[in-house]
Amino acid sequence: MRTVAVVGASLAGLSAARSLRKQGYDGRLVVVGDEPHRPYDRPPLSKEFLAGTLGEAELALETDDEDLAAEWLLGTRAVGLDHRGRTVRLADGREVRADGFVLATGAAARTLPGSEGLAGVHTLRTLDDARALRDELARGGRLVVIGGGFIGAEVASTAYALGLEVTVVEAAPTPLAGPLGETMGAVVSGLHADHGVRLVCGVGVKGLSGESRVDAVLLEDGCSLPADIVVVGVGARPNVEWLEGSGIALDNGVKCGADGRTSLAAVVAVGDCANWYDPRAGHHRRVEHWTGALERPDAAIATLLAQGAVEPGVPRPPYFWSDQYGVKIQFAGHAAAADSVTVEAGSADGRDVLAVYRRAGDPVAVLGMNQPKLFTRWRKQLGAPR
Amino acid sequence: MIPACRLADLPRGEAHRLDIDPPVSVFHTDDGELFAIDDTCTHQDASLADGWLEGCEVECPLHASKFDLRTGAVDAPPAKLPVRTHEVVVEDGMVYVQLSTAAPNLPPCISARLAGGPA
Repeated sequence: MRTVAVVGASLAGLSAARSLRKQGYDGRLVVVGDEPHRPYDRPPLSKEFLAGTLGEAELALETDDEDLAAEWLLGTRAVGLDHRGRTVRLADGREVRADGFVLATGAAARTLPGSEGLAGVHTLRTLDDARALRDELARGGRLVVIGGGFIGAEVASTAYALGLEVTVVEAAPTPLAGPLGETMGAVVSGLHADHGVRLVCGVGVKGLSGESRVDAVLLEDGCSLPADIVVVGVGARPNVEWLEGSGIALDNGVKCGADGRTSLAAVVAVGDCANWYDPRAGHHRRVEHWTGALERPDAAIATLLAQGAVEPGVPRPPYFWSDQYGVKIQFAGHAAAADSVTVEAGSADGRDVLAVYRRAGDPVAVLGMNQPKLFTRWRKQLGAPR
Repeated sequence: MIPACRLADLPRGEAHRLDIDPPVSVFHTDDGELFAIDDTCTHQDASLADGWLEGCEVECPLHASKFDLRTGAVDAPPAKLPVRTHEVVVEDGMVYVQLSTAAPNLPPCISARLAGGPA
């Protein structure tokens, strides 16, 4: 392989580029990124960066002395993959010819239909999004967060600490019930009320009101929540539209094997855009976690360089963390697979719970709130071969 | 040299934190080797003694940064700066640590606190 093109310049793309060099690839390496920035760390965008305690320079993922000998084509989006011609087409008209491709185009924040062009309405995914939101939060006022998931909850927590009046609206009866299950979703989302942040659950959003700038969030039950700033945190969708027509199999992202191989030879996919087969779960599962974008490229690059001739291993159980109201929340495994949840240490009311999710007696997931030591022990146990 | 703990009280696969400032941890690997490094992750305030020890590498319990126990080098981000390593001596069943004289790489929040600025 003489040229590898990595499409995507965030954590998954950078990790893939690093894996290539680490695994001995010394050919030409081209990294394409739609944002103008070198790879940066996204988790602080809803936390320390939004709070103003961490600057842009500290978000950089590359170290000062790092040199991957890569050509960086930044600020230009990939618009097509021609597999037969071995070419990626870019929005600015350029083309990148390569023998191997790593697809790492990530995901984009879902928006609220009809909110386009209304000032004061934000999503949070990129550094530019975070800069805009940070500047608005600094002016204070009433913030309504649409969506009680992790991004929404972290923004609410940060804005609360900045002194804003915050309301969180969640369409489901219990926030975080998907990733954490009903019981623990209620415990973790109880942090809002602990701090006087209003949480409205079980009611959908009908729309937004305002002429040029948003002034309220209108709910399905007829209520109206006055707002100076609105953050829409209703999930993300994989950035794969550009691959339509390329012949690659798409299904909730790029459909991949357990090592990132796609339906096309010499093309692998990693990070949020990739829907990997999960051998533990027995089905495909697209993971949007930071640690997945960090760890999985090693396996995908091994597959790419061996031209598919390696046996995929079993990846570690998915792991993510969240910081809200000074509480470190950690989760590993699959909550949906569980038939029971037990508190092993701490307590739900004390917000220092260590809860283990089991299926037929076997641990399948673990949740910790301010329990890093115990959490790591359980996480290791989940990862151990059975 | 600072006494850390009795070797018999530190099983393989475990770590022992010394509550000095900044804290230092001694790791006993599964292969029976002993290493001492700064306990605080250089990325954010987290105790590496609470982390995932595998081979000669420890993974931060919060954000999965990895450090090489032998050199202190960063093996996986988000951390970018190494931790200091310290010499470990075992005498008569006691584990001692000879502290490095190098300057530690503490995370921004801790550095700010030590400088008297906002935490």
